[in-house]
Amino acid sequence: MSEFTITGKAFPLLDEGGALIHNIDTDMIFHNKWLHLTKLEEMGPYALGNLQGYEDFPKRARPGMWVVAGRNFGAGSSRQQAVDCFKALGCVGIVAISVAPIYLRNAINAALPIVQVPDLAGAVELGDELVLDFDCGEIRNLRTELVLTPVPTISSIQAEIYRAGGLLKL
Amino acid sequence: MGQTIIEKLVSAKIGRPAAAGDVVWLSQDVVTARDFGGASVVKNFLKAYGKDAQVFDRSRIRFTFDCNAPANTAGYATNQQICRDFAKQRGIKVHDVDAGIGSHLLIEQGLAFPGVTAIGTDSHYNILGAVGALGQGMGDVDVAYAFRNGQVWFEIPPTVRLNINGQLAANASAKDLTLSVVNHFGSGGLLGLAVEFYGDAVEKLNLPGRITLASMATEMSAVIALIPPEASVLKWLAERACVPVETMTADPDARYIDEVTLDLDVIEPMIACPYSPDNVRSVREVAAENIRLDTGFIGSCTNGRTEDYTAAFAQLEGGQVADGVTLKLVPATREVYAEMLYSGLLEKLFGVGALVHNQGCGGCAAGQVGMTGAGEVQVSTSNRNFRGKQGAGQTYLASPATVSASVRAGRIVVPEVKP
Repeated sequence: MSEFTITGKAFPLLDEGGALIHNIDTDMIFHNKWLHLTKLEEMGPYALGNLQGYEDFPKRARPGMWVVAGRNFGAGSSRQQAVDCFKALGCVGIVAISVAPIYLRNAINAALPIVQVPDLAGAVELGDELVLDFDCGEIRNLRTELVLTPVPTISSIQAEIYRAGGLLKL
Repeated sequence: MGQTIIEKLVSAKIGRPAAAGDVVWLSQDVVTARDFGGASVVKNFLKAYGKDAQVFDRSRIRFTFDCNAPANTAGYATNQQICRDFAKQRGIKVHDVDAGIGSHLLIEQGLAFPGVTAIGTDSHYNILGAVGALGQGMGDVDVAYAFRNGQVWFEIPPTVRLNINGQLAANASAKDLTLSVVNHFGSGGLLGLAVEFYGDAVEKLNLPGRITLASMATEMSAVIALIPPEASVLKWLAERACVPVETMTADPDARYIDEVTLDLDVIEPMIACPYSPDNVRSVREVAAENIRLDTGFIGSCTNGRTEDYTAAFAQLEGGQVADGVTLKLVPATREVYAEMLYSGLLEKLFGVGALVHNQGCGGCAAGQVGMTGAGEVQVSTSNRNFRGKQGAGQTYLASPATVSASVRAGRIVVPEVKP
């Protein structure tokens, strides 16, 4: 394992049947009624405020969490707040089965680690410790000792931007 | 080796052959920010580059205030003024609250045509694929970076070659074709991909129809839906652009990740039911459930052109919006508003009971033309019907003809065949 790792505890977004929720869109993540907010530190209280069952997410969130979700996470609008609200709460990153293209960019540019793991379903439970190794591009579940393999796309740019602390610091 | 359209477009920009999977820095011909995201673009820019920093090329940057136009909250008003002040200091053009939807302005003003790259803080910027341009919606960090550097990082997506064969029924339109495509692929069904559209059902579409089709690429999470312009579209674009406009086509031996052919036979009116754009059924089927409605909306970047309102009026001519039902119109741009006003269409629509709002995104983004209350049922020509997006009510997505036929009937109905 390289030194360039990110560790956090998993917070999976699950439906009533216990499966990862798919198609969580940006209006569920950060509703359009709060779009006028431009200060990151004010955005935390609205994270997932329009996702049924997770309206209280900001109260349950703890710094150092990985947000874990299903397919097509972050579909919808280009709002950066949908990324920044998780940063505001101290989340270390996002692990999803797949991520909508604009959201993926926004997270990378904000230096919020984001990985797409096709085989994520059933592999992560609440509180599992997940370690992302940027250099080898793997994410490890310390409870199960399973290695999850993200899709390799844009990994070089992501690492470069992450090391710089965000696109605007390149 | 042969190239797809997007590979060709990027290769031309970077001056060397590029292929799907390559990550490149891609220069942008047009960089825009809306009032949505715009203030954050400015704040990010000033913080990263300093308060006296200049933009890379002011002639290639624009602000377009369309999201909350004119501002009806203090927050938006403040954000717009932050953009105006920034623009004034740097000589950047502002399309203010009276202009209309930014992506449509780019097409109308001859700034978007085959081969052009453009970004904006609008997730439906890939609508520019309707004229063969690479438009991309981006967040305010990307756009702030591009204000300064004129470029963004870009991973060239693989391309799906999509052939759509079929004929629109006499009471169907480009929106019904579009909803059929969304139905086939589903939300996220084209995630991270470029799509090239071919087939007789696509080739026959006029420019507004192509705009409708390209606009909903976002609802399938595609990066871009490219519709190669045919002769009449190219002619229209050439009249508006200040430079020669040529089409950009894929090589015959281009490599695609997939080739999909949809044989739709006869395309009938379709409708996306709450709460997802891919929850698509035929209007015929939904109409049988006798769903009463409270309000209709015609507008948005998907269906806010004059042709859309003409089709809508045809369903209302000789009648009017039903008692207890409202019909709200938000033309896409000032040009559309003018066409409707001076042709008499606006008067006709007013006469049958429509409420006409000023141009812009008022039907979608900030919901200025009206949110829905709990229990309220809305039929809309927009592109999203996520739970809670437009208020607590239920939103159905359909064509202008279906919306106007339905507000006349007071319930969801199949539009009539009009000459």
